[in-house]
Amino acid sequence: MNMVTEDLSINAVGARNTPATPEGPIQYVNELTTLNLGPTHPATHGIFQNILQMDGEKIVSGEQTIGYIHRAFEKISERRPFYQIKALTDRMNYCSSPINNFGWDMTMEKLLGVEVPKRAQYIRVIMMELARISDHLICNGILGVDAGAFTGFLYLFQQREEIYEIYEEMCGARLTTNMGRVGGMERDLSPEAVRKIRKFIKTFPVVMREFEALFNRNRIFMDRVVDVGPISAERALNYGFTGPNLRAAGVDYDVRVMNPYSSYEDFEFDIPVGQSGDTYDRFMVRNEEIWQSLRIVEQALENLPEGPYYADAPEYYLPPKQEVYKNMEALIYHFKIVMGEIDAPVGEVYHAVEGGNGELGFYLISDGGRAPYRLHFRRPCFIYYQAFPEMCKGTTLSDAIVIMSSLNVIAGELDA
Amino acid sequence: MLTNEAVAQDIIQQFGEAVSEFDDPFDLLTLTVSREKLIPLLQYLKDHKTFQISFLTDLTGVHFPDSPGREFCVVYHAHSLINNYRIRLKVFLAENDIHVPTATILYESANWMERETFDFFGILFDGHPKLQRILNMEEMDYFPMRKQYPLEDGTREDKIDALFGR
Repeated sequence: MNMVTEDLSINAVGARNTPATPEGPIQYVNELTTLNLGPTHPATHGIFQNILQMDGEKIVSGEQTIGYIHRAFEKISERRPFYQIKALTDRMNYCSSPINNFGWDMTMEKLLGVEVPKRAQYIRVIMMELARISDHLICNGILGVDAGAFTGFLYLFQQREEIYEIYEEMCGARLTTNMGRVGGMERDLSPEAVRKIRKFIKTFPVVMREFEALFNRNRIFMDRVVDVGPISAERALNYGFTGPNLRAAGVDYDVRVMNPYSSYEDFEFDIPVGQSGDTYDRFMVRNEEIWQSLRIVEQALENLPEGPYYADAPEYYLPPKQEVYKNMEALIYHFKIVMGEIDAPVGEVYHAVEGGNGELGFYLISDGGRAPYRLHFRRPCFIYYQAFPEMCKGTTLSDAIVIMSSLNVIAGELDA
Repeated sequence: MLTNEAVAQDIIQQFGEAVSEFDDPFDLLTLTVSREKLIPLLQYLKDHKTFQISFLTDLTGVHFPDSPGREFCVVYHAHSLINNYRIRLKVFLAENDIHVPTATILYESANWMERETFDFFGILFDGHPKLQRILNMEEMDYFPMRKQYPLEDGTREDKIDALFGR
């Protein structure tokens, strides 16, 4: 009993205290503790491991182990007909799957030279911006949870539910949406979907304002995140940051503005930028981006052009089912597309879209076959997560958790 | 605004023999550079006063088993955020000498991308701080993205090459 209390007191006062024992003074060496954060830690929000070397509470160095949910999408896609690859892209950044889906569609359209009608482009923009909102909602909500505030997360999750209901109305799925087709959308925006989007535009700002009121100037929250894990613009660029994390460091790079796709040039919106690139800036940039995305959704819905919602590209776009039953050509194309017998032209294309986490790139080499010769996904998470040890060096463990959370590392995207 | 011709001319003037196969598929300047001049070229583009191509977007590998002497290709996508100009560089490698200098001295972001390329293609990046597998397990003794590893079960006849137009 006596021994135990003695041990406890030594632990409590730390290594600098050297009490005498019958064998003489205890010799303490400056020892580092190895701490495994992950692979299944609740705060990593996904399966990846961080091996941290800790000196007391301070992090001395860190090393990541990733690849726990690597599913070889690049290899699988070398043996899949083009239209089946979209189901793989869903599973990368599963918090904003429509962006991945349409990113892949646009890559194919670029290769095939298919011009998508305005209406389809606007519908895509609506869905992509809703996806961005849901992606940022999760990230910021979880950041609150990791900092100890659960309430905001619950408010926002209800709103994410509303977005998922809109997805459901559009494509029947919620998480892995597989939305759209090469050449346009698989179905038009239904009146019910329009009603749900309008309802969302009306109710969401109320909740979002409440969320911001809970967090933005909250002293406890600010103490946890201000000046935590800052990264300079120069380092961020060197580390290949893109998206909100780069903009938080003060670089106004946004693919939607730099290389507009899917009619983004028609809309008016601002790019929020931060200053110091710390966790608070990342949080604020995401919040502001949510408002800007909402602005885009409003504009797109307001100015939604009339007309067809798919391109006139019968070789690539699945014909309407009614046609298949009575029209010979439609039947042939239906068969060829479903059986994956469409030869794509020879070409090499890189197409980038602004994903939830940054520049989501698709590098496709086609040799004229029915599946890509080589397909590479530029996953923003994978590239910027390298910077995590540098960002959390010298901070405490609890800071490392909020830094990781504000980086929004999505395991599916990290590992592809 | 940078044009592909202007950039290509400038690069040819500086690097002469080392660069070749200029092309611009979908308006993206693509060129092949010799292995020795890869890092000098990346450095040159990064430090150039007007180009300022100082962002490494993507780095990956491709396997071409049917072209002897240049079986492997490492593809670099670089981006100038100031001029909004993209460029694609390729380095071809022979299977028996599969070394390429690392770009980590210029870009930290190349670190994991090079590890990934090593992991899947076995391309050796000389001077890399930690060239280990990243997504696959350490014990793996082959490079899965090489074309010699078929994805499907070899006995299946519904997924033969002919059905994929090859």
